Amino acid sequence: MGNDPSYTNQKFKVIGSRVQRPDGVDKVTGRARYGADYNAPGQLVGLFLRSPHAHARILKISTSRAEKLSGVKAIITSADLPDLTNGDNAARDILENCMARGRALYDGHAVAAVAAVDEQTAKKALKLIKVTYEVLPHVTDVDEAMKPEAPVIHEDMYTAGIEPRPTKPSNLYNVAEFGHGDVEAGFAEADLIVEKSYKTEQTHQGYIEPHACVASVNPDGTGELWVTTQGHFTYRSVCASLLGMDIAKLKVTSSEIGGGFGGKTHVWIEPITLALSRKANRPVKAVMSREEVFRASGPTSSTSIDIKIGAKKDGTVTAAFAALRYQGGAFRGAIPGMPWAMIGAMTSFACYNLANVKSVGYDVVVNRPKVAAYRAPSAPMIAFAVESTMDMVAKELGMDPVDFRIRNAAREGTRACYGPVYGPIGIGATLEAVKNHPHMRARLKKNQGRGMACGFWFNFGGQTCTDLNIATDGSVTLTVGTIDVGGSRASLSLIAAEELGIPYEQVKAHIADTGSLGHNDTTEGSRGTFSSGMAAIFAARQAIGVLRERAAIMWNIPVEDVAWEAGSAKAIGSKHRKLKPLSLAEIAAASPTTGGPIAGHNESVPDNAGVSFASHICDVEVDPETGGTRVIRYTVVQDAGKAIHPTYVEGQMQGGAAQGIGWALNEEYIYGEDGRLQNPGFLDYRIPVCSDLPFIDTQILEIPNPNHPYGVRGVGETSIVPPLAAIGNAISNAVGVRMNHVPMSPPRILKALEQLDAT
Amino acid sequence: MSAVLVSTTINDDAVQFACPPEESLLSVLRNRLGLIGAKEGCSTGDCGACSVTLDGRLVCSCLVLGVEAQGREIATIEGMAVDGKLHPLQENFIDHAALQCGICTPGFLMAARVLLERNPDPTESEIRYALAGNLCRCTGYDKIVHAVQASAKEMRKLDKKKSPRKKA
Repeated sequence: MGNDPSYTNQKFKVIGSRVQRPDGVDKVTGRARYGADYNAPGQLVGLFLRSPHAHARILKISTSRAEKLSGVKAIITSADLPDLTNGDNAARDILENCMARGRALYDGHAVAAVAAVDEQTAKKALKLIKVTYEVLPHVTDVDEAMKPEAPVIHEDMYTAGIEPRPTKPSNLYNVAEFGHGDVEAGFAEADLIVEKSYKTEQTHQGYIEPHACVASVNPDGTGELWVTTQGHFTYRSVCASLLGMDIAKLKVTSSEIGGGFGGKTHVWIEPITLALSRKANRPVKAVMSREEVFRASGPTSSTSIDIKIGAKKDGTVTAAFAALRYQGGAFRGAIPGMPWAMIGAMTSFACYNLANVKSVGYDVVVNRPKVAAYRAPSAPMIAFAVESTMDMVAKELGMDPVDFRIRNAAREGTRACYGPVYGPIGIGATLEAVKNHPHMRARLKKNQGRGMACGFWFNFGGQTCTDLNIATDGSVTLTVGTIDVGGSRASLSLIAAEELGIPYEQVKAHIADTGSLGHNDTTEGSRGTFSSGMAAIFAARQAIGVLRERAAIMWNIPVEDVAWEAGSAKAIGSKHRKLKPLSLAEIAAASPTTGGPIAGHNESVPDNAGVSFASHICDVEVDPETGGTRVIRYTVVQDAGKAIHPTYVEGQMQGGAAQGIGWALNEEYIYGEDGRLQNPGFLDYRIPVCSDLPFIDTQILEIPNPNHPYGVRGVGETSIVPPLAAIGNAISNAVGVRMNHVPMSPPRILKALEQLDAT
Repeated sequence: MSAVLVSTTINDDAVQFACPPEESLLSVLRNRLGLIGAKEGCSTGDCGACSVTLDGRLVCSCLVLGVEAQGREIATIEGMAVDGKLHPLQENFIDHAALQCGICTPGFLMAARVLLERNPDPTESEIRYALAGNLCRCTGYDKIVHAVQASAKEMRKLDKKKSPRKKA
């Protein structure tokens, strides 16, 4: 009990039940309020002027004509934003990404912003702002950007992570190596070596709700921000520090969030909207258009990857090597100290038990928007490369691909390719489940093929702060600071109900604004239900301590004689035989006279979120005439540790798989020779629609996380990792072409089929 | 340009509003009438989050002008639950967890209602194609299709109860 996070294997009453989410009615009736649904009295409309060039020096911004337009209340350029970042590179990158400082670094980079009385006036004002550019050579491809002749984007960028330090600046900003053993010796031992290079194109998180906020800054330096975000506490600290405000004087209220998938872990328009409000001395509302969302927020890295895997005839992998080149857009990675290729390199061979392994991540800048986290960021691309190559090795060995993976799967005690030694993990169990799944035995027709692939994600704990308050009627308010992206208020209420021994319906979960709780890290790394769940357990246990004390007062007996069982205080011992149990509601009703409100509280940094593994099975049908590929059956097997709300866990598994399917087959940022994004809309950037997909079957495995009282692991991200390779492997088995470029779109498949015919 | 006065019917209520001729119906609903259930995901008719019906026909309200509402009947998500009772589709979307973030949900419910009005017993494929104009990024559509199937079944039962067919 108390704050011990160890797994206890307890029997559950409500955990695991499929209750209705508390925000369901609001969301099916149109009442739920998202980012663009907030308004403030007297608000202005904020709009952004964005660079049409991929790379340009900004010689002059003339705002005088726009300023004279009636109804224009404020215009912001970088001249209005002094650099307060004090040598913090990550903060400086955020500042420069929010508003160009002397140089436009990508098509869509904000160069000015306007606040006006209405949208028409703001649009007119944007047209009246004259920006004089000197267009510079640009580079948008990750491999091109690494060539010696490539235009250097940042004159002060010298590659970190290599010795000696380079003497010339370049677009390669970091090199990171992971692994153990001796890969050269390992390859020498191998009977068979397969080498292959891969490319994956840039994709966007594709949340349906564009970024939106209302900012209100007062002359006394206090301010409020209503915003769609995955982390309102993070937005608060970032915005406050960029604008020179005291963190506590900025109150951020998170709206319902219309999808994030990592894209709403970073600030975009918010600091500038606050700056507009400060300058205009009026509230300002800013909402991105879909085109702006594509051009200037989100995307994940495009990549170029080399893989080399060696194995013995018996199927033992003797060595594995990966070189990963990821572009982060025009800036260093968004997570300080953890650039995107580094994260990819860490995940590269995490599914396997390898004696000799080496992964090198090369992080590169190009003239594209600043890369943001996207669901298990950096993992799907390297998984595509590794899992495709694993299938090729299995094929050359004449082994079943599932058996080959089982033979090499990581297990408890395996040293992961990124360093740590695993505790109990689920990769082996997911593979066994795949092997025994009826899907694997279903018949396939002509031009159809089946593939499978594995995936890994770390998961994250992070800073968490939670309150639990008991009202005098016995109903319970659970106040958390982690945004609810997909139903966590239901899961967290289940947890509070389980601990207190009361029905789920008696608990109501809320997301607090930043004025109402201590700092909570962003909802990222699949941490929402893991971390806030852990904090809810401890807060509830603290409240139970108070409930026992109050019962002791009511009975006038020592608190040591009071136990908490099934939602009631019970007096222990024969001398208290006559005392009937006191329910939570009875104790709560008496609270005004026994010491006041009853509450529990917890602040913590839960570690060891429990690594997560999944194995997916996919059947495709390829049309050899068009190159079009259709997913006809899909099965996700994933270890959830413990599924608090199994339906919502299934939802995460299905949603991640669908995003992976879109990535594998359709989705792609297309840049022209001019460095401009050619498809910034849902018509030309095609995410899967309902008629593209089959039902997505799920199988939840529960291998308890030893570092959570209920065994919970994060479940939100891993499901996007295997689909790219599962589909690539299925296509290979369907029509005999090995695709090494994602998306595996009809033209690429047709080309591969033509080349196959030619040989 | 000066505003035009428009008289229309929204969710069976007579409504008047004034808007410039170039303003979209979506903007009118959201910014002038406080009906925020229709969402703007793209404003190009690609995502379906702003779906409403105009004289019973499913439309993207971002592609309809506010002035086109003159004399027509508009139905939005706000009118789907009647007298505090949720529509079977709304019930089933909650029961089947057919929503995660929920931003696309009003649009899906409007599209699914129109489908079931026209085709009370759709196949899985008919459901998938009827909903192909609505984007959802969270669910992979699995639980949405299940919720629509369950609603269709329930509504057919209700219909039978209301108007029992006589055997010939």
